[in-house]
Parts: sequence; structure tokens; C-alpha cells
Amino acid sequence: MSMLKVEDINVYYGSIHAIKGISFEVNEGEIVTLIGANGAGKSTTLNTVAGLLKPHTGSIEFEGSSVLGLPAHKVVNKGIALCPEGRRIFLQLTVQENLEMGAYTRPGSEISASISDVYDRFPRLKERYRQVAGTLSGGEQQMLAMGRALMSKPKLMMLDEPSMGLAPILVEQIFNIITELNKAGTTILLVEQNAQMALSVAHRAYVLETGRIVTTGTGAELLHNDAVRKAYLGG
Amino acid sequence: MLTYLINGISLGSVYAIIALGYTMVYGIAKMLNFAHGDVIMVGGYMAFCATSYLGWPAVPSVLFSVFVCTILGIVIEKLAYKPLRNATSLAVLITAIGVSYFLQNAALLIWTSNPKAFPNLVNFPGITIGSAQVSSVALVTIIACIVIMVALTLFTGKTKMGKAMRAVSEDKGAAQLMGINVNGTISLTFAIGSGLAAIAGVLLCSAYPTLMPTTGSMPGIKAFTAAVFGGIGSIPGAMLGGILLGIIEIYAKAYISTQLSDAIVFAVLIIVLIVKPTGLLGKKIKEKV
Repeated sequence: MSMLKVEDINVYYGSIHAIKGISFEVNEGEIVTLIGANGAGKSTTLNTVAGLLKPHTGSIEFEGSSVLGLPAHKVVNKGIALCPEGRRIFLQLTVQENLEMGAYTRPGSEISASISDVYDRFPRLKERYRQVAGTLSGGEQQMLAMGRALMSKPKLMMLDEPSMGLAPILVEQIFNIITELNKAGTTILLVEQNAQMALSVAHRAYVLETGRIVTTGTGAELLHNDAVRKAYLGG
Repeated sequence: MLTYLINGISLGSVYAIIALGYTMVYGIAKMLNFAHGDVIMVGGYMAFCATSYLGWPAVPSVLFSVFVCTILGIVIEKLAYKPLRNATSLAVLITAIGVSYFLQNAALLIWTSNPKAFPNLVNFPGITIGSAQVSSVALVTIIACIVIMVALTLFTGKTKMGKAMRAVSEDKGAAQLMGINVNGTISLTFAIGSGLAAIAGVLLCSAYPTLMPTTGSMPGIKAFTAAVFGGIGSIPGAMLGGILLGIIEIYAKAYISTQLSDAIVFAVLIIVLIVKPTGLLGKKIKEKV
């Protein structure tokens, strides 16, 4: 069943037509990835689904009801979390406070159990729970950003460039965590520059080029698609 | 000597309470609310009206003043600043100055330019510490300042709303993604800042009991200076900056020159900003990529 259904959205930044009629679907239980070059509109698409940007036209449905035009802080309530590009954790808050902010929409009584779940998944965060987030390393900050997004108990978790700026070993670790989260029941919509990694974990993928979807298929199909290999996988 | 110090701390406490309003609003909305000083004046008039016209006792009058200013702060933000959320900072600054003139002239129409004698709301004798006489007003002011500081520290450090406020001040977009209502948080900040301005207005008018439509201007500017001095955006900075400014002002008045005291205060500010441009406790933002 389709969990998220985006139909023919058009998004403008001032006079720049950033998204030109994109349609795609994410089914429950899938990992779907959007790949494409810089400026193709991947992050814009995620930000639009999250409610940070308003599309001019088009529709966005989540679990059968429209989330179009809802402010970002209400989209979270529906069960969609975005782990944004550049992580954007609260550098001056402690690790634990960052996690508490992630659970802002949830009743206080449930929060401590969720925090221990996140600490089980990311033991490094537990070691540093009282530290100010700005003192964490890049990899730890990415883990905190993911942990924070998980705190809202999302049905759909969107990740924007989770591997950006990380050492290869950490990239692998992050992708393992994404697969684990998916196996535990979270549907994932992933945006990545690292197309190789993204396609190898994704069930399905869409290729974006200057605001349009140009190709779609399963992760394995696109890994072996000549045009995709040439453009995004270095031949 | 000790008397000067206590008077300085007392005056500084008023500056500190006002500076908190500047610094919190700056921290959240990234704007300088130059109408803040005039909210102090409105707070003074509200307490004056409640006691002198309605004959209310001190505590309800102060609460009434806080209530009116809190609402005023929220209304000012909604009507004047919210429509400019995405405008240039210069447009917002000019609007704030416009709101300031509006409040002053509204007060001029309602209460005229004749100074009003502010009633004495603090009716108990002062105390003596060593060689120093501490007036009851000074005592109340210092205690109020300590209580407010402790309450705000607990609020921003321990409560969900307070932590959300810090999150919004750091990154509005990310805060929204957490489910935090950013507009609501900005309103709350204006409400708290304006409520504090009302308290500052009552304390100020109790210490200097002439009330005019321009009463808030100079303390407003000085408290703004205090906020910058301490590091704008920082709550402990506003407290420290306010109190130091009060002490410097009183000592300058006592030992150097009454006329020059303001000049000395601002000169100290300039020196601090040359040496440490972010102010005494200004935020050092460490970023790792």
C-alpha cells in the first residue's frame, strides 16, 4: 500500500522553478531513494514533503490524507520525520536535550523509554549524553540527528544526505543503521549523493535531473543501468 | 562607599531585568525591539492608574501592569513584527522605532506630558548593612532581580517550553521539524519580555518617582547597552551587563561627574566591544562539519 503519494508538485524559490512536476510514491516498509546531481531538487523535494516549503501546485498524501499546506510542526504529528541536510542538530543543547526536542510532540511519560531505545542503538550518544552537541564529532552528530528524528516515532523517516562529510567506515555504519531501522518497521525515504551506497540498500529509486524525475526502477536495476552508471556511479 | 555599591546593584538590577527582554527577543527573533523601553513606560502608567485612579493596593496593581504589558507585547509582535518575519533586518529595526514613537505618542495623548508622581508602592522601612542604608525600594529591586534570574534559568534549562525556546533561537527550521510551533514560541518570548518590562517599569518608577511618556527611553537604551555589554542573546550576560552598568553609572556619578556619567557608561561599552566584540558572555559558536 502506498504510504506517501506525491503527485505533480511544482516548487519555486522566488522565480526559480526548482521542482517541475515531480510524482513518486513510497510504500509501507520500503527504502526508497532519490538520487541525482547537486541542484537536481532532491532536498527541495524532502523539505516540501516535510512542510518547510509550500508547493505551488500538486498534492501530497500520507496514509490516505492530504498533508499539503500543513506547517512543518504539524507534519511531524502525522508520523513523518525529516533528518535534514547538514544534520542541523542544536549545537548549544546537550545530547539528551536534542533527543528531548525530537520527542516534542509526544507525551512526557513516553520520552524516557524512547531515549533509552536511541541509546541502545547509538551507545556513543549515551556516553556523551550531558555533553553539548557542538562538541561531538561529525559521525556522532549524524547519529544524534538520526536519533533525534527517531524520537518522534516516525512511520516515515526521511534522511537528507546522511553520509555527507563522513569517513567511509562511518558511511557504511550509517547505511547499516538505515537498513536496521527499515527492518524494524520504519519506512525510509533517502536522498543521497553517494548513489552507489543508496542504490545498494534501496528497494526502489528515482533519478532526478534539474527538477524532474528522469528514471525510476528498483535499486538493483538502476545499479546496472548504463545511463545511471555513467552519470552517477563513475562509469 | 558600600551605599554606592548597593545603589549601583539596585539600579543595575532594573537594567538587567529590562536587558533580559532585549536579549531574549534578540535570541529568538534575531531583532532589536527598540519599543521595549516604551513598554516599561506603559508598565509604569498601568501601575500608576491602578493605584491612583482605582485605589488598588500594590500587589494587584503590579500584577495588572504585568498582565497589560504581556498582552501588549504579544499584540505588538503580531501586528508589527510578524508580517516582517522574512523582511530585511533594517525594515524590522525601523518598524521597531516606529512602534516606540507610537507608544510614546499614545501615552502623550492619554496622560499628557505633565509628569505624574508615582505612588509609593513599597511601604516598609529600609535596612542598614554595616555603614550602608539600603532603601526598601533598592532591597525589593535586588530581590526581584534575583528571583527573575533564578526563575528564567530554571525555565530555559529545565522545562520543555524553555528548551524549545533555546532550540528555536539556534535553528528555526530544525525546531519546526521537531514539531515546535515557532510562531508560538516567538509570541511567548515577547510575552515574557514585556511582562518583565512591566516589573522593571514599576521598580524604576518606585526609585525615580516621576512618570512621563519618555520615561522608558533612556533606561531602555541603557539596558540595550547592558545586553550588548554582557553579550546579546545570552541571559546570564544580560544580568551581568545590567548590574555592571548600574554599578559603573553610580560610581561615575559619585566620584567623577553627574553630567558625564552617561558618557562614561557608553565609553565603557565601546571599550568592551573593542576588546571583546561578542560582549562579556557572548556566545562562542563552535561548529563542526
